[in-house]
Parts: sequence; C-alpha cells; structure tokens
Amino acid sequence: MASFHKEEEEAKAKAEEGKKSTTMKLSALHQSYLNRRRSPLDSSVDAPSKSFLAVFWLVLHCLCCLISLLLGFRFSRLVFFFLVSTPSSSNLYSPPFRPDLPPPRIDLTPSNATTAEVKTSSSRVVVGRHGILIRPWPHPDPVEVMKAHRIIERVQREQKAVFGAGGKGSRTVIAVTPTYVRTFQALHLNGVMHSLMLVPYDVVWIVVEAGGVSNETASIVAKSGVRVIHVGFDQRMPNTWEDRGKVEEEKLDGVVMFADDSNMHSMEFFDEIQNVKWFGAVSVGILAHSGNAEEMVMSMDKRREMVDEVEERSSLPVQGPACNATDKLIGWHVFNTLPYAGKSAVYIDDVAAVLPQKLEWCGFVLNSRILWDEAESKPEWVKEFGLLNENEGVESPLSLLNDPSMVEPLGSCGRQVLLWWLRVEARADSKFPPGWVIDPPLEITVAAKRTPWPDVPPEPPTKKKDQMSLSQGNNNVVVIPKQQQQQQQQQQQRSSKVRKPKRRSKRNKHEAKPTDTTTQVSSSTKHHQERN
Amino acid sequence: MMNRSSLSTILLFLFFSASSAEHNARTERISGSAGDVLEDNPVGRLKVYVYELPSKYNKKLLQKDPRCLTHMFAAEIFMHRFLLSSPVRTRNPDEADWFYTPIYPTCDLTPTGLPLPFKSPRMMRSAIQLISSNWPYWNRTEGADHFFVVPHDFGACFHYQVEFNFDIKQEEKAIERGILPLLQRATLVQTFGQRNHVCLDQGSITIPPFAPPQKMQAHLIPPDIPRSIFVYFRGLFYDVNNDPEGGYYARGARAAVWENFKNNPLFDISTDHPTTYYEDMQRSIFCLCPLGWAPWSPRLVEAVVFGCIPVIIADDIVLPFADAIPWEEIGVFVAEKDVPKLDTILTSIPTEVILRKQRLLANPSMKQAMLFPQPAQPGDSFHQILNGLARKLPHDRSIYLREGEKVLNWTAGPVGDLKPW
Repeated sequence: MASFHKEEEEAKAKAEEGKKSTTMKLSALHQSYLNRRRSPLDSSVDAPSKSFLAVFWLVLHCLCCLISLLLGFRFSRLVFFFLVSTPSSSNLYSPPFRPDLPPPRIDLTPSNATTAEVKTSSSRVVVGRHGILIRPWPHPDPVEVMKAHRIIERVQREQKAVFGAGGKGSRTVIAVTPTYVRTFQALHLNGVMHSLMLVPYDVVWIVVEAGGVSNETASIVAKSGVRVIHVGFDQRMPNTWEDRGKVEEEKLDGVVMFADDSNMHSMEFFDEIQNVKWFGAVSVGILAHSGNAEEMVMSMDKRREMVDEVEERSSLPVQGPACNATDKLIGWHVFNTLPYAGKSAVYIDDVAAVLPQKLEWCGFVLNSRILWDEAESKPEWVKEFGLLNENEGVESPLSLLNDPSMVEPLGSCGRQVLLWWLRVEARADSKFPPGWVIDPPLEITVAAKRTPWPDVPPEPPTKKKDQMSLSQGNNNVVVIPKQQQQQQQQQQQRSSKVRKPKRRSKRNKHEAKPTDTTTQVSSSTKHHQERN
Repeated sequence: MMNRSSLSTILLFLFFSASSAEHNARTERISGSAGDVLEDNPVGRLKVYVYELPSKYNKKLLQKDPRCLTHMFAAEIFMHRFLLSSPVRTRNPDEADWFYTPIYPTCDLTPTGLPLPFKSPRMMRSAIQLISSNWPYWNRTEGADHFFVVPHDFGACFHYQVEFNFDIKQEEKAIERGILPLLQRATLVQTFGQRNHVCLDQGSITIPPFAPPQKMQAHLIPPDIPRSIFVYFRGLFYDVNNDPEGGYYARGARAAVWENFKNNPLFDISTDHPTTYYEDMQRSIFCLCPLGWAPWSPRLVEAVVFGCIPVIIADDIVLPFADAIPWEEIGVFVAEKDVPKLDTILTSIPTEVILRKQRLLANPSMKQAMLFPQPAQPGDSFHQILNGLARKLPHDRSIYLREGEKVLNWTAGPVGDLKPW
C-alpha cells in the first residue's frame, strides 16, 4: 500500500507539474486508475481507512485538476493560499491579472472620502493620489444630456453663422409676396411660408394683399415665425410700390426677392441670392401645366406625333439670363408662347394653361439699397424711383434699370434652375369653408358640373345592394358627414368581425351569416331613409 | 503740427479698431499676463550664441535613431536647427545674451520608442564640463545666462515618476533627485510644468510638446462641418504593464473618467487608435487632456490646433507659455477629485463662455504658438521661446560671479551620475 501511496503521490506530483498539458493529466489519471485497479488485486491487508483516504485524495485531486482546467491556474495553490494566509486587505487579489476585467476599485461615498485612500498594507498612497473615484450611479443624467444637446445645437448654429454662407455673413432676405384671398390661397401661402421658415438667414416677409388686409391672410401668415409686414393694396398690382415704401420706411437692408405665392423655391436659391451685389437674375423653371387633364392627355399624344419637335417639347421652358462661354450676360431666355398659341389663358379658371406673358418678377433679386431714396452708393445704371410714374406701374423688371446689361446672372450664370413658376388655382366660383374648418358638420349637396370622375364610387356588388339606392344619381355629389359614415362602419363591424366594412369581402364569409347582414343593412337603410 | 499728427493717429486708431472689430466676430485677441505678446518679434531683442559641440552629443545620436525626429520630444532637435539659421544667432559670443548648448539628452530610445533618461545626467555633465573648459562663459556666470532644452517627462530631473516597487521610501528618493545640480542656475526650456514640484524651476520656460505640424495640416476638415461630439478622448485609462492595479497611473484620474463615463453617450472615450483621430477632434466640442505619468500631453497641442476646447485634468499643472497665453480663458480646468462630476461641470458652462473659448481657439496666432513648423514661421513656438527668453532680459548684474567664486557643487547628485559619459 505504501507503494501505492507513493505512486499516488508521484502521480499527483506529476499531474501538478505538468498541469498545463492535459495529456499528462490524462496519463496521471490513467495511472492512478490503473493503480486503483491493481490495488484490489494486489493487496489483501488494506485497511478500509487507508483505501478511503486514497480514494479521497484521488477524488480531490481529480476535482482540482478539472477546476484548474476550467479556470486556468493552480486551484490547489489558491486554496492552500487562502487557508494558510490571513486576508490582509479588503481588496481581494484576483490572480492572475486579467486585463479585460477592471481592477479592484474603490466606490466613493461622500462620507468615506478619506477612508477610500487607505490601501493594503503592502502599498502606500502617494501625495496627491486619490484612488479611482467613482460616483454611486455612474450613468448619464437625462437633464444633463439635454443641456449638452442644447450646447451642441448652439455651437452648430454659431458654426453655420460664421462659416456657413461662404463666410460672407448673412444678409436679410426680404421676401415680397403678392396675394389675395381665394380657395388655394392657404395652399400656396403655406408653401411659401414653410420655405421661408426654413431659410437659415433673417427673413422679413412683406405680404401685399390685393383688396386690403384681410383676416384670412392674416391668420395664415401669423403662424410663421418670421417677421411679417402685412400690407393691403387696393389697386392693380404694380408690384413694387408698396414694398418700396415699406423698405424705405424701415430702411430694410438686405436682398429683395419676389416670392409669388404659388411658386416653389429651393433652399439653394436663398443661398445663391446672398451673392447678389445690386441686381441679379436667376433662372426660373416654367411649369406650364394646363388645368384640364384631358387637354393634357391630348397634348401628350400630339407631342408624340410631332417627332421633329420632340426636343423642344421635352425640355422645360426656363426664363432666365443667357450667358456666353465666358459667363457674361448676353441676353435672356424667355418663355416662348408660340407653341401654346390659342391655348393659353390669362386668367385662371379657364380651361387652359396659365402662362407668363412677360418677364416674371420672381426671377430677379435686388439689393434693397436700390429702393432707398438717398442715392448713396447706388450705381448710375439704376433709375431713380421717383422718376417712374406711379400710376403706370412697372412693366418689366428690366425697366427699372437704365442699363440692363449690368444685371448679374446668378446660379452659375443661369445654368441652375433655382425656383419654379406655376399657376394652379381652383375654379373662380369654388367655395371653401372659411379657414378650412368644417364646423358644424355640413349636409349640403352641391351639383358638380364637370368632374371627369364619377362623383360617388360604385358600390361593390355585395349584399349591401340596398345601399346603392342611397346615391341619387351620378351627377350629384353626396356629402355625407364623416360621423355618419363612421357610424355605419361601426355597425357593420359589430355585426361580424370577420368582414371589413364597406370593402369587397369574400362571398363565403358572407353566406355564412346571411341573416345578420340583411337585418343590419335593412336597419341602416331604414335609419338613413328616416333621415332623408 | 501737433494737431495734424494727433488727428492722423486718431484716424489710424479708428481704422485699426474698426478692422479688428470685424476680425473679432470670429476670433478674439489673446493677451496673457505678459500682455499681447504672442505676435512679438524677438529679432533684435536678444542674441543667442550656439556652442559647437562634438557630434556625439547631437548628430550621432540622431543618426543612430532617426525616430527622435518624430516623437513628442523632438523639440530639442528642431530648436537646434532653428537657432542655427535664425537671425538672432550671433557668432560673436561676447555680444550674446544667451548661450545655447546643442545636446539631445532624450534621444536614447527603447525598441518601442520610449526614451530612457538614465544616461542623460551623465551626458549633460560631460557636455557642461566641455563647455566650461573650452569657453569662459559658463564659469563667468555658472550657467545663469545659458539655456537648455529638456523636453523629457520631468524635465531636467531625468527620471520617471515612480519606481515600480511600491515602497514609499523609493518614491521619495526618486523625487528628491530633483533637477540636475549643474543646471540649477541655468534656464530650462521644458515641457514639464507643475507648481510646487522640484522639477520645475522658477525661471523655466514651459513649452508645448512636439506635434508634427504637417501631419495635422493634412487632416484638416472644412470648418463648417458641425461639431457633434460632446466630449472626445482616445488613450489609455489603465497602464496594465506598469500599474496593473490601477490607481497610480494618472493618479487614478483616467481610470475614474473611464469608470464614470463609459456608459455615457455624450462621452466618446475609448482606447482605440482610429485613423480618423484628428478629424474626430475637429468634430468635437471638448477634448479631454488628462495627465498620464506626467502632467503634460500632446493632446493639448492637438486640441488647440483643431479648435476643440481642452479639458485639463491635472492638478497644479503649468501650461505652455503661461505668461503669454491666458489658459484659464481658453481651456476648462477640472480638479482630479472632481472627475466624477465632469459631465455636470461641462454641461453647466454657459454657452456664451463656450463660444468665446472657441473664438479664442480660432485665433491663428494661438494655433501657431503651439506648433514647431519646418521651416519656422513667425509666431510659432520657436519664436515664443525666444520671446520668453527676451522677456527675461536684461540679466541681473548679480549673476556675474567674481573671479574664483563657485556656487555650483560639481559632485552633488547620485554617484552613478558622476561617471563619465
């Protein structure tokens, strides 16, 4: 048995020495196993305690080996260390040092600030050393995160102001918008308003309203965040007189641009007009869109027929400065009205495209100093405003100048189309609720004269045929208040949850419950007939 | 006559103030405690004589290891080259105000590129012995009108901070080593600066560490790219090789930054080495410049060049050219014990103050003063060093010693330093 013990210990020693190689461990295990196996054959005088001890040590040894395999270091040594040495510090020494784990830290609480500096007996604190101070909740505080984001946003705004506009600093944009109360005024004016709200420079918006100041316009315009000057004007629109008065009165300094309310401006347009010195021109895309869809379809066919004119047709007509190869202004691209002769209209509402008749004001921008009275630094090629007759109005923007060749072409000499001109309006007699608010609910039936689509979509051929009788003919527009529609939908939803209301539903599901639907439908028809 | 001249001066003044007012919209003038001196021209205000030392003190070291030209201690080499071709150089030592010794004590690098300062004291001793025996100017003043460029971690103390056994006696001894005794009367131009520390002499000039100017110029991005990172830092938090437990490296401040703010999305901090390091700094509002083993770091230079407000976490640090640059107005100083509250501190700075700091940083003379460009340009660090030296002129009469008088102790210091180099 002694030999057995010795072999056992040898095996253990070998195992401990060759700990890192599993083969040796296996061989040790194997050996010990063989030893074990040999022992019942060999010995006969083994005391049960001795064998028990041997087995115990063997088991302990195997356990240590396995744990060491897992952990990667000498578990037995560690146990020995813990059993023998007294724990010397509050910090548990974790051998070996693993760089990915954070080293032992000292959690700081305000009361224990001084004690946090006390370390183990093996090392002393150097003057000035704090230990690793960690606050109790090392996570971001939402209030501070918000503050930080506000700081970031303010810094970025400053950056943009200083470096953004080519570093030249930003001039105020003075937008002049003629408008009048009509159906689509809200549509157009909101569009212009949103564009102006996005402009990164200061904006003064002069809204000139034909027929005097109205509440409609005022209510729309008040929602913008920009500075608005709302002016009423009673005569025909000669464009600049009122504005000139305003600009001069307040000595507004900046770039004047004409934002007709149905135009579409790109943001680059506002960046580009910052570059104007006195009088500039940009290219305007003309969207000559007819109000009549049939006409448009016809004209498209006609376009396909006229092959030789395809090139002209396919390009968008543009009004703007024309330049030669050296980027000098030599002339103007204007809208060619000839192809549309006979089909153009002056007023909106006629069934034809509304086209610009002459040079549109929106393609020109001026330095507001031109409009000032004192001719401090105005170039000589700008006419004095006082000389122009107020009653006649200004026919063309170029007539403001003595020398039209001094106009500066903007947008890489007219090659960039920075805004689009479009005139789309509702019919002159179209009615719209004031402020586009329907209150109280309407029950009006209005006869529509000429809509190309059927007024009420045909009902799908289901059991709900009874409802077809509700519509009173193709020509009428039935304005069913939404609440009632929803009521009907809800009723049908309640009847059977399988079907979706007012949709083409499968016949099978229908037939599953015929009785319910008919009763429901009949009840709703009754309901409706009562109302009628 | 008087009226006309005064009128013209008034007009000139108005003109300049008007033009500078416009300039102020984007940048602000920098005036430190010494006044508005960043743009001073030192030429004509001082004369420097450059000693001729054998090349074993300078050129041979550089030939052995050309990495000395690119690491952060390269200022000593470039200062030598600058002085050789500068108009302040004089070949007549009798009219010189300052004497420069071209020696590169930090050019002894380990394979990984870190300098070994152990032989530097001996090198310095032997150089001083050489100049004191070949020229009379050292003995005349015992070095009081000489200046040396010592850009190592702890300046002329020529040692590391901590000996790596944690026995306190050893540490005290290491600090007690102090500045090399022979250099006690000389002016030291060094990167290290910490108040109440033995390694900072009273009359020293603190300079920024060397950062490669061309490399930084090559990574500039347009200034209108919005700054979207709030706080930025790249570097070690724990020095696992030398300080595995943590708590010694950076006096625990860097580890505190990591532990407190690793979960904070406002803090872009990690140990990465991204290739877009310079570009990221230009997209950040604050850049952390915590101490490492020494309180100074090249991050300060990088932050200034890229317009990122430096957040300096190093108690009692003395920053470069502290008398010419008002660092309090440019950077944010955070005490090391306040690191857990760093986010509160930074978010509670008023936006107006932040914008003003950015304007000061945008001043080109500020950026220029931190750089060592090749060839030298007006207003750069070389000129700031000369300005600093010029500000110390004229020398006090008392520095000139009488015949035979000796102040320095040539045998002071550890025995190992006395061995010839």
